[in-house]
Order: sequence, then C-alpha cells, then structure tokens
Amino acid sequence: MLTISRDLHDKIVAHARADHPDEACGVLAGRAGSDRPARFIAMENAERSPTFYRFDSGEQFRVWQQMDEADEEPVVIYHSHTATQAYPSRTDISYASEPNAHYVLVSTRDEDQTEFRSFRIGDGVVTEEPVTVVE
Amino acid sequence: MAIEVRIPTILRTYTDGAKQVEGSGATLDELFTDLEQRHGGLRERLVDAKGLRRFVNVYLNDEDVRFLSGLETPVKDGDTVTVLPAVAGGTR
Repeated sequence: MLTISRDLHDKIVAHARADHPDEACGVLAGRAGSDRPARFIAMENAERSPTFYRFDSGEQFRVWQQMDEADEEPVVIYHSHTATQAYPSRTDISYASEPNAHYVLVSTRDEDQTEFRSFRIGDGVVTEEPVTVVE
Repeated sequence: MAIEVRIPTILRTYTDGAKQVEGSGATLDELFTDLEQRHGGLRERLVDAKGLRRFVNVYLNDEDVRFLSGLETPVKDGDTVTVLPAVAGGTR
C-alpha cells in the first residue's frame, strides 16, 4: 500500500503533464525505514524521449548522496507513460533496482484524466498495490 | 592500500549486507577483480563482455567513470568508488 499526501500526488501529476509527450521521472524521498514519502524531487529525463526515461547519472549521484546524508531513502520512484497505460513495461521491470521503493506509474495518454497507480517490483515480479491519498 | 566501495541495496546480497567494502587495485578493472575474491558474483553484476554494464553507474569520487576511462580508470588509496544501478525504463 502506498500512502501519499495530496500535495505530493498532485506534484507528480503536474510534472507528468508538464513534460508530456516526453516521459517525466523523479523521486519522493522519505526518512529511511519510514515508508512515507516526504520530499518531491523531479529528475531530468536524460533520454528526453516519449518512450524511454533515464535519470541523468550525475544528478542521480547528487540526489542519492543528499538522501544518504539526510538519512533518507527513495520511497517512491515515479515516471510517466505518455501513450500507454500506467502499468510497468518489460523495461520498467528489468531495470527496477531499488527493492524498497514503490514504483508509481502515471499515464498522460488521456488529456482529461491522469492515471496514477503504484507497484512493488522485485526479482522480475510486479505486484500492484492500493494508493491512499491523504488530504 | 584501501579504496572504499559503496554498494547499492540491491547488490548487498554479495557483501553480507554491508553498504561499504574495501578493495585495492590500480584501475577499476583490478579493483573489481579484487572485490570478486571476497564477494563472489559481484563483478558479473558490474561488468559484462563489453565492459561496464550499461545500466550500472559507477563513480570515482563524484564523477561518472564513463566520462573518465571506464574500466581502465586509475584508482588510488583514499578514493571512493560508488555503484548505483541506473534508474530507467520506458514504454516497452
């Protein structure tokens, strides 16, 4: 189950909409072990592509280092699909390598509504989980 | 000689859970070979037949070694090597 504040949920959706038709991506950091996302970090999609995303390696290093120094971890890793459903693709699954993270997929394929779903991914297995948005 | 190597969560199964290990070598290639002696299977997660694995980021201090000399990047006592799996994915 992913519990997320309305504010962080809306920031993810806004980022995905702003970068459409390129895939948007980023992280929600939270205190290590808390499983609660607390801080929104939009990341650059170094691929700048409508069909692929990748965190810029230098930016990833700095963000991961900051989180480590603040005793935080990536609680949520999010990205958007701009023409397909908000479900992890084969590449999403094969590159998922933060075992404790919630993988949030957002789809901006429909102009009027944004799909927002969350998954756990580990050892090639995808499990969808419910999302609770806290006001 | 000691080079500190920071290990991401997903590779800590090779280090008995340690987030940091030590190794030695004159280049990254030698360092990874040295680590393999004590942490069997780790090298294969970092290196394939063509060199450094494409979706694994390796940094020497704070620089991505792709912009240095890849596996041939010289390393020395006191350096920190950090490994982070790339965060990536896409439509397919």
